[in-house]
Amino acid sequence: MNETRQGFEPLTRTGMAARAAQDVPEGWYVNLGIGIPTLIADYIPPEREVVVHSENGILGMGPAPAPHQQNPWLVNASTQRVSLRPGGAFVHHADSFAMVRGGHIDLCVLGGFQVAENGDLANWAHSPTETGRQIGGAMDLAVGAKRVWVVMEHTTKEGAARLLRRCSYPLTAAACVSRVYTNLAVLDVTPKGFVVIDMVHGLDFADLQARTDAELHRA
Amino acid sequence: MIDKFVRSMAEAMAGIPDGATVMMPGFGEVGAPNALLEGLLEQGATNLTLVINSAGRLRVPGKPPNVVARLIDQGRVRKVITSFVRANSVAGDWVRDGRLQAEVIPQGTLAERIRAAGAGIPAFFTPTGAGTLIAEGKEVREYQGRPCILEEALPGDVALIEAWMADRWGNLTYRETGQNFNPIMAMAAKLTIVQTHNAVDLGMLPANAIHTPGIYVNRVLHLPVGDPVLPR
Repeated sequence: MNETRQGFEPLTRTGMAARAAQDVPEGWYVNLGIGIPTLIADYIPPEREVVVHSENGILGMGPAPAPHQQNPWLVNASTQRVSLRPGGAFVHHADSFAMVRGGHIDLCVLGGFQVAENGDLANWAHSPTETGRQIGGAMDLAVGAKRVWVVMEHTTKEGAARLLRRCSYPLTAAACVSRVYTNLAVLDVTPKGFVVIDMVHGLDFADLQARTDAELHRA
Repeated sequence: MIDKFVRSMAEAMAGIPDGATVMMPGFGEVGAPNALLEGLLEQGATNLTLVINSAGRLRVPGKPPNVVARLIDQGRVRKVITSFVRANSVAGDWVRDGRLQAEVIPQGTLAERIRAAGAGIPAFFTPTGAGTLIAEGKEVREYQGRPCILEEALPGDVALIEAWMADRWGNLTYRETGQNFNPIMAMAAKLTIVQTHNAVDLGMLPANAIHTPGIYVNRVLHLPVGDPVLPR
């Protein structure tokens, strides 16, 4: 579907990451999940001090190093080679998840399959009986971080809604998401449901509602 | 004189019985005791339960399966306790066929169950996983207004550890993200076996820098195996 013909242009993956990065303030300790969330770090200006946590035991993770400065012992949660910022620290796995579960992480940004209007998140399996089960750290992050944002496409490739009244996939955690960044909009999860706080240029509220299962509310 | 150094792989692997629960650290090949895993493959113990963060590395075309996949493919593993089983992996195939049990749990719960075993805490309540599939059959209590589930400590019979430096008392240090599950698995197993890149004289490791004190360590094999190689 060529959405530009309809008068609006959905954000790209990097566009979504850049949009979310605008809202991460200096001083926060942040965990960025695998996929689009990882890209957010590239759009936080270096002068804004944000401390990035990686579940495999890094606090103060820095960007990918130049090829000649790569350290094979220093990888992120996606097993990509990364760097450490001055002031960074390494910890073991139980300490890494103590930071997570203990409420010390200000923000976790995760990818998602589905988010419900009460903040339920589904991001690890498409059915209860799937062979490939990839929980990783998502359940700990979803319950432990002070706030959880989700970055994902607004609909599936087939056009099915991902912002739902109730998730149909197995949950990662109940009522944990506070904000969703999609390729079409930014939405807060509130007691009355999804509140639209930003939309891509040229998209109107009815267009957005048509691509959403849950009822949307105006800010 | 205490000397935990062993001289051969055979000596390092001696006595690992069939049916053992074996703990294997590592995250993306960093901090993974691959030489000891090769030793275990050779040693022959079977009907094993593996405790490992990622049980199923994706198949990479043109690359042989890693040592964990080979152990599974030889039918030597009864069960994995893990936070990841990928569908496109040797472990995924064996789980699908019903030949391998997989207990897939949250990574932080995996880490804390291991830590608890090493620290003498038989069980604990955690909010992670409450209200999800992994809570099925587990006791639920509300603490601080949140539902929490009872998780039990996860001890091992054997831990295979990769260290950067070791001395003859078994004091260990690790490099960068090579810590991951190593310090807690070293605490949680009855028999902790270490491969170390560097062997140093007693007293050479700065006391403030020791990550794993030798009390948790039984055997150390000096194997300067080189830098970790990423799977992709």
